[in-house]
Amino acid sequence: MKKKTFPRGIHPPGGKEWTADKAIEVLPPPEKVYIPLHQHFGQPAQPLVKKGDTILRGQKIGKAPALFSADVHASVSGKVLAVDGHPHPLGKPVLAVTIANDGQDSSSDEEEIPDPFSLSPEEIIRRVKEAGIVGLGGAAFPTAVKLAPPADKPIDTIIINGCECEPFLTSDYRLMKEYPEEIISGAELIRLATNAKQIIISVEDNKEDAAELLASKIQEKHIFVEVLTTKYPQGAEKNLILALLKREVPRGGLPFDVGVVVQNVGTTKAIWEAVRFGRPLYQRVITVSGSGIPEPKNLLVRIGTPLQTVIDFCGGLKEGVNCLIMGGPMMGITQWNLEAPIIKGTSGLLAWSLPPASQVFDCIRCGRCVEHCPMGLTPTQLAKYIQFGFWDEAEAWGVLDCVECGCCQYSCPAAIPLVQWIRLGKATISALKRKTV
Amino acid sequence: MAETTFIIKSSPHLRHPDSVPKIMLSVIISLLPAVAASVYFFRWRAVVLYLACLAGAILTEAVFLAARKKPLSTLLDGSAVITGLLLAMTLPPSLRLDQAVIGAVVAIALGKQVFGGLGHNIFNPALVGRAFLQTAFPVAMTTWIPPVTKIINTATYATPLGNLKFQNAVAQHTLTPLKDLFWGNTGGCLGETSALALLIGALYLVARKTIDWKIPAGIILSLSVFTGIFWLARPDKYASPLFHLLSGGLIIGAFFMATDMVTSPITPRGTIIYALGIGFLVGLIRLFGGYPEGVMYSILLMNTVVPLLNRSTRPRLLGERRAKK
Repeated sequence: MKKKTFPRGIHPPGGKEWTADKAIEVLPPPEKVYIPLHQHFGQPAQPLVKKGDTILRGQKIGKAPALFSADVHASVSGKVLAVDGHPHPLGKPVLAVTIANDGQDSSSDEEEIPDPFSLSPEEIIRRVKEAGIVGLGGAAFPTAVKLAPPADKPIDTIIINGCECEPFLTSDYRLMKEYPEEIISGAELIRLATNAKQIIISVEDNKEDAAELLASKIQEKHIFVEVLTTKYPQGAEKNLILALLKREVPRGGLPFDVGVVVQNVGTTKAIWEAVRFGRPLYQRVITVSGSGIPEPKNLLVRIGTPLQTVIDFCGGLKEGVNCLIMGGPMMGITQWNLEAPIIKGTSGLLAWSLPPASQVFDCIRCGRCVEHCPMGLTPTQLAKYIQFGFWDEAEAWGVLDCVECGCCQYSCPAAIPLVQWIRLGKATISALKRKTV
Repeated sequence: MAETTFIIKSSPHLRHPDSVPKIMLSVIISLLPAVAASVYFFRWRAVVLYLACLAGAILTEAVFLAARKKPLSTLLDGSAVITGLLLAMTLPPSLRLDQAVIGAVVAIALGKQVFGGLGHNIFNPALVGRAFLQTAFPVAMTTWIPPVTKIINTATYATPLGNLKFQNAVAQHTLTPLKDLFWGNTGGCLGETSALALLIGALYLVARKTIDWKIPAGIILSLSVFTGIFWLARPDKYASPLFHLLSGGLIIGAFFMATDMVTSPITPRGTIIYALGIGFLVGLIRLFGGYPEGVMYSILLMNTVVPLLNRSTRPRLLGERRAKK
C-alpha cells in the first residue's frame, strides 16, 4: 500500500543515526535551576514564590494569569535564590525563578488516580492544566486549551504526532520505543477529554520499529497506528491532518475547525503522568547531538537546567564549535549564552561548526521554493514584496500563513534568507494591524 | 570555554547542496553532447563560432560587471558561458565571426545586463542575441551549408523546415527523412541538428531536476496536437508532428531555452500555460507565418507574459477556499 503523505515538502538528511539507538539517560538534577516564568505560547506566568522560600519539587512557582498561558512548577526541591531576569533561549532575558537544589527531591505531586479512565473530561482537563502541560513538540501551546475546543466544534479524531520530522532529533522516537503503553494510555485520556471517536498514532517510516511496537500494544479497536512517508515537515499540524485525513484546516484556523486535536507523543506521555500520578511538567526528554558533541545522547532533563550542564554531561563542546541550536536544524533557534536553561519547548540541543556563510545570489526564479512550500506559498515573491515594503501584497499572497518550516530556504540555490525576510514581513504586518485596530 | 562565540542566525540551518553555480555548470555539461555533435557535423566552422560567441559573451559580462562595480567573481556563476554556448548553437554554421561576436555582445548587454544581471532579465539572453542578428543580417542568418558528412551537388541548400515551407516538400516527397533529423545529418543551426545529442543532455537535466520537465512536455504536447490536427486532415500538404518535433530548434528550444529558470514562470499553473503557449505559437508560425521556423519568437513572446502569468496564477494556499463557481 502506498503510504500517506502531504504534497510538496523536502527530504533533508536524517542525522538521526547519531542518537536513535541511545536509550534515554537521566541527567542528574543540577545544583541550581533557572526556571523562566514564560516558556509557552501566551502570557507569562506570575511568580508565586519569593527569594528565601523553601519549595518542593513539583510545587507551583508561577501561575497562569489568563487562558492562553500555563502554570510553571519547580523542577527540584530547595530554596529560592532569586526571582529576576535571566537569559532565555528565545533571546531576551525573562523573569525566572532560581532554585538551589537541596538534593532531597522531596515531591509535592498531587494524589495518584488508580483508574484515570473513569474521570470526567473536566477533571482530566483540570489535572492537565494544573500540571502546566504545554505542547512539547516545540510550539509550547497550552495543552488544556487544546483539549477544550468550543462547543460548536465537535472533535472526532485525535492524532498523536510521532512523526518527529526534524532531522537529528530522536527524543520522540525513544519515548515511543521505551514508553509505548504510557503513550497509548495518554492518548486514550485525550480521547476521553475531548469525546473523540478514534485515535491515530502517526509515525514516519524511518521509525517503523516504533510503529510496530506501538501497534503490538494496542488492544482497543478505535486506536490505529499509521505509518507515513518520511518527509519534512510531516509533523507540522496542518500538513499532518491533510496527510492522514485529507482534511484542510482553513486559513487562519485551528485543527478543531476540522474536528481534530493533534498532540505530540511527549505531550501525550506528560498528560498520562499528570492525570495518573499527579506529576506536573518539570522534566522532559531532549536529544543532544551534532558533530560538535563528543557523546550524543537522549536525556531526561529537569526544566531549568542550564545548557552548560547538559553539554558538560555529553562530554563538553568539541574544538571549533561555532553554532549551538535549541531544537532541530530546520526550525531551531541559535543560542549564544550557555546560562540559558532548558525549557518546556526544548526538543533538542545541537552543536556544530558551520562553514563560512555561502554567497547569496540574486533570485534566479528557479521556483524551487514554490515547488517545496507545504503551505502553497510563493516564498521568493513574498521576500521581494517584503524587501520593498509592499505589505498589502505580501499579505494578499499569504505571508501570514507561513509556518517558518524552512523548506524554501533549504531548497534555495541562491542561498537567499527567505525565512528571515518572511519573519520580518509577518512581524511588520502584525504590528501595522495592531496599530490600525 | 567561556570565550567561545556562537553564530546567531535565523533558521533553517541546513541547506540543499545545489547552488546557482552548480546549476549553471550542469547546464553547460548537458550541452556538451550537442556541442560535440555540431563539431562532428560542421568541423572547424563550429569550433570557431563557439569560441567567438564565448569570448564575446564573457568579455561583455566582465565589462558590465566592472562598470557596475560588481565583483568579477560573479563571472564564475557560469551564466555567461551558457549564453555564449546557446547563442552559437542557434547560429548558421556559415555565419561570419564578427557577426557572431556582435550577437554575443548584444545577448549579454541588451539581453541580460541592462536589466540588472543574472536573475533580472525578462528575455532569454541568447535568443535576444539571435533575434538581433536575424534583423541585422537577414541573409547571413538564413544561408545554410550542408554538414560535411553529406555530399550534395546543389549550389543552394535549405534546412528541413525551409524545404518544407518553400519547396512544398510534402507534396514533392522530398521531405528530410526523420532518421537524418534524429542523428543530425542535416542542415541547420550549429546545435539544432542532432536531436539525439540534445536529448542525451536534456535527459541529464531532467534526471538532475535542473529543469522542469513539464515545460518541454507542454511544448511537445501542444505542438503535436496543433500540427497533428492539420496533418490528419491533409497528410498530402502538412508534415507529421514527429517531423516538427525533430526539426529546427524545437528540441534545443524546448529543453534548453524555454526552461531557462530566470525567464520562465515560478508558479505551477503559470508554467503549464507558458509551455502550451510556446508549442502553439511554434505551430502557428511554422504553418502559417512568414518564417519557416518559429521557436525563437515563440519563446521570446511567451517570455514577455511570464511576469503576468506569475501574478495571475498564485498557487492555492493550504486551507484556502476554492474559488466559487
